[in-house]
Amino acid sequence: MSATTIPATPRRRRGLGHWLDHEQALGYLLVAPVVVLLLGLVAYPFFVAIGYALTDRTLADPGEFVWFDNFIDLFDNQIYRQTLRNTFVFTAGSVTMRLVFGVGLALLLNERLPMRRFVRSAVLLPWIVPTVLGTMAWLWLFNPNFSVINWALVHSGLAKEGPNWLTDPDLALFCVTLVNAWRGTPFMAITVLAGLQAIPIELYDASAIDGAGKLQRFRFVTLPLLMPVLLTALVLSIIWTFSDFGIVYGLTKGGPMNATHVLATLSYQQGLAAGNIGEGAAISLTMLPVLLILIIWQLRRIRRSTVI
Amino acid sequence: MSDRLAPGEIRSAHPRLERWLFVYLPLAFALFFLVGPFYWMAITALKPDGELYDGASNPLYVVTPSLEHFRYLFAHTEFVTWTTNTMMVATLSTIIALVMGVPAGYALARLKFRGSEFIGTAIFVTYLVPSSLLFIPMVEVMAQIHLDDSIWALVVVYPTFLVPFVTWLMSGYFRTIPTELEDCARIDGMTRFGAMLKIAIPLARPGILSAGIFAFTLSWNEFIYALTLVTASSERTIPVGVIVQLTRADFYFWGPLMAGALLGSVPVAIVYSFFVDQYASGLTAGAVKG
Repeated sequence: MSATTIPATPRRRRGLGHWLDHEQALGYLLVAPVVVLLLGLVAYPFFVAIGYALTDRTLADPGEFVWFDNFIDLFDNQIYRQTLRNTFVFTAGSVTMRLVFGVGLALLLNERLPMRRFVRSAVLLPWIVPTVLGTMAWLWLFNPNFSVINWALVHSGLAKEGPNWLTDPDLALFCVTLVNAWRGTPFMAITVLAGLQAIPIELYDASAIDGAGKLQRFRFVTLPLLMPVLLTALVLSIIWTFSDFGIVYGLTKGGPMNATHVLATLSYQQGLAAGNIGEGAAISLTMLPVLLILIIWQLRRIRRSTVI
Repeated sequence: MSDRLAPGEIRSAHPRLERWLFVYLPLAFALFFLVGPFYWMAITALKPDGELYDGASNPLYVVTPSLEHFRYLFAHTEFVTWTTNTMMVATLSTIIALVMGVPAGYALARLKFRGSEFIGTAIFVTYLVPSSLLFIPMVEVMAQIHLDDSIWALVVVYPTFLVPFVTWLMSGYFRTIPTELEDCARIDGMTRFGAMLKIAIPLARPGILSAGIFAFTLSWNEFIYALTLVTASSERTIPVGVIVQLTRADFYFWGPLMAGALLGSVPVAIVYSFFVDQYASGLTAGAVKG
């Protein structure tokens, strides 16, 4: 670049150069593609879904506007009510297990360990492999004839014959919940681990000098400082579990006798497999109240933390 | 940095025993629970059918390993097509997500413009909207733009959840980079756009790398859109192809199913084993900073 092209003071730019240097204009220019994409393929489909939910549309027939009939019918529907109950049991069970296993595992991984990197990669596996493919290993583990769990139960003399994991309605819901927790535990563990490692070691030293025991240090140093990370991981886990599709689809497709249907799988079955698009859209939209509460709560937490 | 034990942490009569009891033993259980199913998957994939369905044989190891299930997968299913489809979709949607998300993340982190806070919040909210809420109308929307039953539908749709994620991650990352270098470049006559392109983005390369890795694996693993937006077998991705073609009604091709699940998981597992540290830091950058 020759000296003459460098102005002594930034000159006023014209045309494109002006816009590329203007803070406001450039800001809009850079976020515009994202905004257009999200308006077109998130906001628009969302309103299409609301439109569908207010009609009796099927795959074959555009249907008519029926106001809130779909929603009213759902709450009279035995299968829907059971699905709703399943979804809450599934979410509460899985998130509790994730929390207990995940925090426990994070505390273990925070210790000085041999082959630390290897162990950390290994425990991440359930989280990183494609969900439904990992789920296939469990489908095979739960197989009534060739289950290695049953094989172990019988050969160790603990049981005469193994249970029918996925065909017994009571057990099946437990199984899909366990597999969901299996998949989600590494996320919780790695997130909490990073939170643990961000706690300044001086705080532990100081509290040790003040005479705090192991449990007190966990209660008064670790836990409060871990809380922001833990709550974020918790909110994400609840949202993902509540709306989960792959694990139930992979293991039971909602059966036996709807014992494991969750909102996502029921809306797929009614909306696309059976072709009742209006009803399917209505089922999936009933996730909205819970999602909204979680999203708003998370937003308010973030707002507060950035102020500090 | 690895040792987080406070001084004087272990002061019991039997430190060795205590450590085995409270660290190694629970860790062994955790590893067994988390990794065990993959061992089971690998064993099954390598067992010939004769051994697999023999009730008398020990299920825990394989006596005569064989590649018959892998051969079946390549000869009698479209696994190779599914793999190329998955690669193509994951690569293209990752590129789209980075091209859109990195500059947007930069704008939200660095530039002051009216409504930026609202836009940032809105993008964050779409990250939390699950795809199981949108897949039914998405089928119709794809038909409207004539992408029904085409793999291109996935290339278009995956950025809807990748872009918010990349934007969120990158805006957190840009905030950690000092602004001085960009300020200097501007004094030297560079435009803001030029400073972003030539100074900030090269500095953010580690963040972009991890964002790209996550985006790639998120698209590699995606299931519900891949199941509902494409139905022709030749247009499927690995997760859907393996599940749909190898489990028919009540009949399961267990050997090939496990072989396919294994092969479909290996690429992402390898990627992560190399980038596990970036993965952890990227996750928390996102999770903590928002």
